[in-house]
Amino acid sequence: MAEATPVTEKTSAPAAGQRSVRSLLASLEIDTRLLGMIAATVVVWVVFNFASDGLFLSPRNLWNLSVQSAAVGIMTTGMVMIIVSRNIDLSIGSILAITALVMALLQTEWLPNALGLGLNSPFIWIIALVIGIALGALIGGLNGFLVAYAGIPSFVVTLGAMLIWRGASFGLVSGRTIGPLDLTFQLIGGGPKGSLGDSLSWLVAAIAIVAIAYGLIASRRRRRRYGFPVRPVWADVTLGVVASLIVAGAVWVANSYPWPPGLALEYAQAHGIQVPPGGLVIPTGIAIPVLIAIGLAVAMTFLANRRRFGRYVFAIGGNPEAAELAGINTKRTIMKTFVLMGMLAAAAAAVTSARLNAATNGLGTGIELQVIAAAVIGGTSFAGGIGTIAGGVLGAVVIQSLQSGMVLISVPTALQDIVIGIVLVAAVGFDTFVNRRKPGVR
Amino acid sequence: MTAPAVTAIQAPLVEMRNISVSFGGVRAVHNVTIDLRPGEVIGLVGGNGAGKSTLMRALSGAHKADSGDILIDGNVVTIANPRDAKALAIETIYQTLALADNLSAPDNMFLGRELVSGVGSLDDSAMESATRNVMGRLNPNFKAFTQPVRRLSGGQRQAVAIARAVHFNARIIIMDEPTAALGPAETAQVRNLIRQLKNEGIGIFLVSHDIHDVFDLSDRISVMYHGQLVDTVNKADVQPDDVLGMIILGKKPGEVTKSELDSLR
Repeated sequence: MAEATPVTEKTSAPAAGQRSVRSLLASLEIDTRLLGMIAATVVVWVVFNFASDGLFLSPRNLWNLSVQSAAVGIMTTGMVMIIVSRNIDLSIGSILAITALVMALLQTEWLPNALGLGLNSPFIWIIALVIGIALGALIGGLNGFLVAYAGIPSFVVTLGAMLIWRGASFGLVSGRTIGPLDLTFQLIGGGPKGSLGDSLSWLVAAIAIVAIAYGLIASRRRRRRYGFPVRPVWADVTLGVVASLIVAGAVWVANSYPWPPGLALEYAQAHGIQVPPGGLVIPTGIAIPVLIAIGLAVAMTFLANRRRFGRYVFAIGGNPEAAELAGINTKRTIMKTFVLMGMLAAAAAAVTSARLNAATNGLGTGIELQVIAAAVIGGTSFAGGIGTIAGGVLGAVVIQSLQSGMVLISVPTALQDIVIGIVLVAAVGFDTFVNRRKPGVR
Repeated sequence: MTAPAVTAIQAPLVEMRNISVSFGGVRAVHNVTIDLRPGEVIGLVGGNGAGKSTLMRALSGAHKADSGDILIDGNVVTIANPRDAKALAIETIYQTLALADNLSAPDNMFLGRELVSGVGSLDDSAMESATRNVMGRLNPNFKAFTQPVRRLSGGQRQAVAIARAVHFNARIIIMDEPTAALGPAETAQVRNLIRQLKNEGIGIFLVSHDIHDVFDLSDRISVMYHGQLVDTVNKADVQPDDVLGMIILGKKPGEVTKSELDSLR
């Protein structure tokens, strides 16, 4: 990394090595907290890879890891905003269950019977999804109303909601498992068929790389227009190239995971394809739930950083009184964060139930704790006002990496939870320690 | 209440008539009437809990008055929240500064009034540019445009709070203890700024404990005592001791007996 540092930085004084790394990071304007997390994730991956004799970093495991992280990742994007505004939502696991059940019942019983659409009609999956997400928004809105307008602490409101909607879920189906689900809806859950394949995956990569380049150029142009200092060209180029390589690498890994041989053979027979001697290799590509999670994370980041709503959430978290005095409608803003959270929980419900090809009233039990842990490991502060969507999503990947890695190397179940608990506290402890040493942070 | 002859021809910018504010059973402000003219500084003084901040919070929209009228340019207005006040070009610099510590100076300056692009996205560059312009006038040494304001010094934070009030073409500025947390150099800067704003025709309510600040900067002085207005006096007509008597005893200069006055010394 240090080779890229401009020569002028190296000439002066002792401690030049340390300084130049710092000035390199300063020129790149990268969030050092996020960079540290990425480094920690890489360490975790490499350690698991050694411990599992190369199984962890196989395309198959990484692909599975991405799919397993999707549901928690989706909900973490909303939880970051909730925690940033000094609230909490404990009810997301129960919202996930009730919305998953309603979507499943819509597909299997209500819509086919009531509308006479018949099973697997092309409209069913989208109607079910829209109603499910609307239900999530409604339940989240109820939480938000009680928190923002009635002034009941969010911990209490959502603890109550957690019990209420879990109970309602059981009441709705009396413990039945609802499935199998609509064939199109199932694609939301991933699996070989619910993935993009190689060409579409490369297309996604190309779009992402173009977007990265455009973003960097547009930001440069904007700062130029106002005569602000811009990053050195090499810094922008480095950033763009590194980001593009990461995108391309991720897609390459996803494409390196072939369909299981049995499924590939079935597909070949169904489509009359000649199977070559080594068996038919169909690249899986990016799983649809992963694409959904990435899309939602990008959208939520946009909302958090580039829209008034996001700015207000951070202002409320930083100083609620100041936000109110600045004329911000703080109640409506808080309510909106809960509406969003409910919708994201419903999206996670679609992913989870589609992946299982069924919904039960126990779905998502305890997932709220994973989501909160992911947000916190990702640098979201319970004191409010601090957190990033990207950090939260990375936190979800870290937790999932630890879990699936420990399963891979056969760590006893009891020890798995202990390790994750330790990592959670250590991550926050580390943040507290670092912040205490930073000037001006109290 | 006697209006000073010099400014009598101008219409009052603000009139607060018979304002009362209660918290629970406590009457924090009781039946207070004051006014402010363009280009005038009113020093609002009183002991702790005299109700001066509460009275100003009614004007800035932080608290709705229970009764009484607020008139701007002679018209009765409703100020139910800070948005209403800002729409009437009333800006407030709070004693606490009311900054979101996790946000940058431009973010704070435009909080609640962000500049957005055509599609409603935040235009951070435009906001930073505007902040650089305002700061160039107020505090040319100010350079911290991207870091969170929690990293700034007391004087810099004050500058952000003042810039926020000045930038949006305020006609009325309420300053609640603007120099309480500042060093001598920064205090002098704020005093200069107040004179500059006054010359631009802005009306200023200056809430302060500091009798010297008030005597130095105000045209008239309104004294509050236990939630009530003692009197509003022309600065030229009184001595600091008279005002001190009003603050401590709650009586007009003529009503104070010799022995009471002696007891103050």
